[in-house]
Amino acid sequence: MQHNTYIYIFIAALVSFIIRVLPLTLIRKPISNTFIRSFLYYVPYVTLAVMTFPAITEATQSPIAGLAALVVSIIAALYGAGLFPVAVMSCLTVFIIEWIIK
Amino acid sequence: MDKKDIKEGLHDGLMIGLGYFAVAFSLGFAAKRAGLAPIEGAIASFFNHASAGEYGLYTSIASLATYAEVALITLIANARYLLMSCSLSQRFDPKAPFFHRLLVGFGITDEFFGVSIARPGTLSPTHFYSCALLAILMWSSGTFFGIWLGNMLPSNVVSALSVSLYGMFIAIIIPPCKKDKVVACAVAGSFALSYLCTLIPHVNELSSGTRTIILTILIAAVAAIIKPVKEESYAA
Repeated sequence: MQHNTYIYIFIAALVSFIIRVLPLTLIRKPISNTFIRSFLYYVPYVTLAVMTFPAITEATQSPIAGLAALVVSIIAALYGAGLFPVAVMSCLTVFIIEWIIK
Repeated sequence: MDKKDIKEGLHDGLMIGLGYFAVAFSLGFAAKRAGLAPIEGAIASFFNHASAGEYGLYTSIASLATYAEVALITLIANARYLLMSCSLSQRFDPKAPFFHRLLVGFGITDEFFGVSIARPGTLSPTHFYSCALLAILMWSSGTFFGIWLGNMLPSNVVSALSVSLYGMFIAIIIPPCKKDKVVACAVAGSFALSYLCTLIPHVNELSSGTRTIILTILIAAVAAIIKPVKEESYAA
């Protein structure tokens, strides 16, 4: 078996491309089935939520800092802060807490 | 209209790109271990632009996996994009030219998907491209510098930057929770079940990509059965 880096990269790129493009190109019309419509309506929020927690506590050096960043983000978003302010606040939270803990 | 989309797209792209750069930078360490040159990492990142998928790719290269294994790992790690692509198809203007579907599809990531669904009305390819191109270039250069410079960035800075993407996710999912109690319950349930899955033996051996797919399908299906959305929810 040959092990060519560029063939590895090409295979991964091709598979990623097919996964991303197939549904968009095959589903050309609004779906009328209520269940599927409802399902797809909930998908984004559920996916992002599943990916955020507990991953955010594993991304930081200290899990507590990640958890604090999550809480701060949720509170900031509840009070209407946008994408960037929330992202900055989450970073600062981690930075400060890890600085205090050390 | 278009100018506004470009401006907002670049703005979103920069915000996402800053987080991407940091994540891709650390991803560069894994690529370096696999023996990739900076330019190879940059190319791999430009065409894949998926953290879990690329991590799978680099560890596979490092372990001299077969080409078939790389294809399977990429499929599993990125399968959630199938769902996002389905979801975005419902936001597409049915009259939009076909090439927009190819290009937008190529660009899909968790973050671009997030900012796109947070915008009202049909998906704007102009906004998507300006956001995605900028951020993907930052992702790609992040990998380049990660391989090249190794671990010169202090670890506390990397640690702080690595949560920016999650902060953005929260900013996307929380506002709809205030308007729609079912979304709020689905989000809370997602947090709880996702956490549970890391505790239960055997289940916690699943990759995060696989866990994301299974939980997404399960929770979204339950929510869809309990509270089907009415027509106007999509038009908004």
